[in-house]
Amino acid sequence: MIGRSFVVRKGLPDMKKRTLCPIYILILVLTFMLTGCASSDNGANGQVIVYNWGEYIDPETLDMFEEETGIKVVYDEYETNESMYPKVESGAVAYDIACPSDYMISRMIQNGMLAEINYNNIPNAKANIGAQYYEQSKGFDPENKYSVPYCWGTVGILYNQTMVDEPITSWAQLWDEKYADNILMQDSVRDAFMVAEKLNGFSMNTLDTDELHVVMNSLIEQKPLVQAYVVDQVRDKMIGEEAAIGVIYSGEAIYTQQENSNLVYAIPEEGTNVWIDSWVILKNAPNKENAEKFINFMCRSDIALMNFEYITYSTPNTAARELIEDEAIRNSEIAFPDLSQYDNLETFVYLGEEGDTLYNELWKEVKAY
Amino acid sequence: MTSKSKWLSAPYALWSVIFIIIPLGMILYYGLTDKTGAFTLDNIIAITTAGHAKALRLSVLLSLVSTLICFLLAYPLAMILANTKTNKHHFIILIFILPMWMNFLLRTLAWQTLLEKNGVINSVLTFLNLPNLKIINTPAAIVLGMVYNFLPFMILPLYNALAKIDKNVINAAHDLGAGSVYTFIRIILPLSVPGIISGITMVFVPALTTFVISALLGGSKLLLIGDVIEQEFTRTSNWHLGSGLSIVLMIFIVINMIASAIFDKDGEGSML
Repeated sequence: MIGRSFVVRKGLPDMKKRTLCPIYILILVLTFMLTGCASSDNGANGQVIVYNWGEYIDPETLDMFEEETGIKVVYDEYETNESMYPKVESGAVAYDIACPSDYMISRMIQNGMLAEINYNNIPNAKANIGAQYYEQSKGFDPENKYSVPYCWGTVGILYNQTMVDEPITSWAQLWDEKYADNILMQDSVRDAFMVAEKLNGFSMNTLDTDELHVVMNSLIEQKPLVQAYVVDQVRDKMIGEEAAIGVIYSGEAIYTQQENSNLVYAIPEEGTNVWIDSWVILKNAPNKENAEKFINFMCRSDIALMNFEYITYSTPNTAARELIEDEAIRNSEIAFPDLSQYDNLETFVYLGEEGDTLYNELWKEVKAY
Repeated sequence: MTSKSKWLSAPYALWSVIFIIIPLGMILYYGLTDKTGAFTLDNIIAITTAGHAKALRLSVLLSLVSTLICFLLAYPLAMILANTKTNKHHFIILIFILPMWMNFLLRTLAWQTLLEKNGVINSVLTFLNLPNLKIINTPAAIVLGMVYNFLPFMILPLYNALAKIDKNVINAAHDLGAGSVYTFIRIILPLSVPGIISGITMVFVPALTTFVISALLGGSKLLLIGDVIEQEFTRTSNWHLGSGLSIVLMIFIVINMIASAIFDKDGEGSML
């Protein structure tokens, strides 16, 4: 329409070139219309926008949710808590649901980014999830108002028993020159610092500058022995026997053992991090009702079981755990360790903006060294 | 400019405003302000802190080495291509461009699989009872990744410049008694300078700013300035510092561009 009126009004020779411009406009308009269409292409009952860790769900459960509820799931992934936060904060995409870890949840609560959860709309959350996990959540969500536990676990050492001389039971062995170029460390600031903090007998939430400098120097001292700093790749590298020892999340351990039976998971004697990743609804979520339905669906025992079997991260869904057929896995020390036998476990807490900056600066010094 | 061509260029003007001018303005704004929005030069001066300066030095060094290697590899090839009379050179150029049809990240990941301790190359070497290659997670692997990814950007401008040299000029040099070495030094090399400068820019700038190659092939053990900037945006969420360091990096790129503008007055090498 625009195009025609333009040409007719001017009505000049050299039509070829002249019509080009309206074509451009047409293309622009069409592009906007098409993108407009795409974004309004919802399910019968609208959509829900989920921001979750990479490879942290059985994709089939998303299809099942869409089929059962008529709500379209828009699904997006992140690799670390630290990379998730700025994207949610900037509001470039208005997510409904995210799945941050403990300390990141307390940061989001403090900055008023989360909406209170109405448990009346999520009956499965209270019915299926073990009370002890809500108790544990109080460390970062004191009144259990903002988060529904999705996965939990420990951080430990995965080692290949054919490539080491003795069982690896201590963080100190990650500083052993014997294993030079055979060690994989985590490439995220809190996880890397946690290892060296526990090694030195400090709290993993310490803000003491002297302690942190000791920790930084430990990490610098370790750097020549480290083969690589990785996040998700630790899994594939350990399966492929690229390295003898890797720092890994307990949830990955079961999967790696299924792929390579030489791998052993150990919770180090100096203690480690116990973490919980929980569903949260964001304050500016455009589809709050659908978000509640989504969380309720994820807390259903059969769905939680599907997810556990797919991602092998420990589920806090006790109803789902009872459904696990394989007794060895149902009672697995890795998936469901008895935490009372360890006395030096800790959960991360948010360090505040200054604390974060300090950690990040020291980490940068380690990486640049 | 006639009003006609003004209309025609409108979409491009709009494009450059939305995707070039505005983002550049935002980087300048973020780079020159702190979290409260007050003007500051701290984000620029931050380049002098030990960690940042070391990352920048390493980036400059590795990109210079990569550029040099690219040049040494590409120049002879470009000369062969320029002297190939048949249509064969189209085919050879195609072969060098072919890998670029695949995603850059994928190709870099492939190198990781090739170079790993138990990777493809080492498996073959072990099979042949040869000593294993240990370059993954070292600067050498990063340089290899840069050279591999950016070599086509050096070949094409060089080929373009060399192909344009009038054969009669070279024949004249020979007629006047110049040997092939002398002809190369006095005739071919100077006439291909625009291509050289363009090739250097096309390789040096992306190599200087990369962060993917160092993360994948360097095992995140070597921090390049690109990695620092990436982490300030994605992990530390300090956009101000990230932008400030980007401005510093831009200064290096502008210096490079001024140099090319001086040598390449006719824009001959700017084929790409």
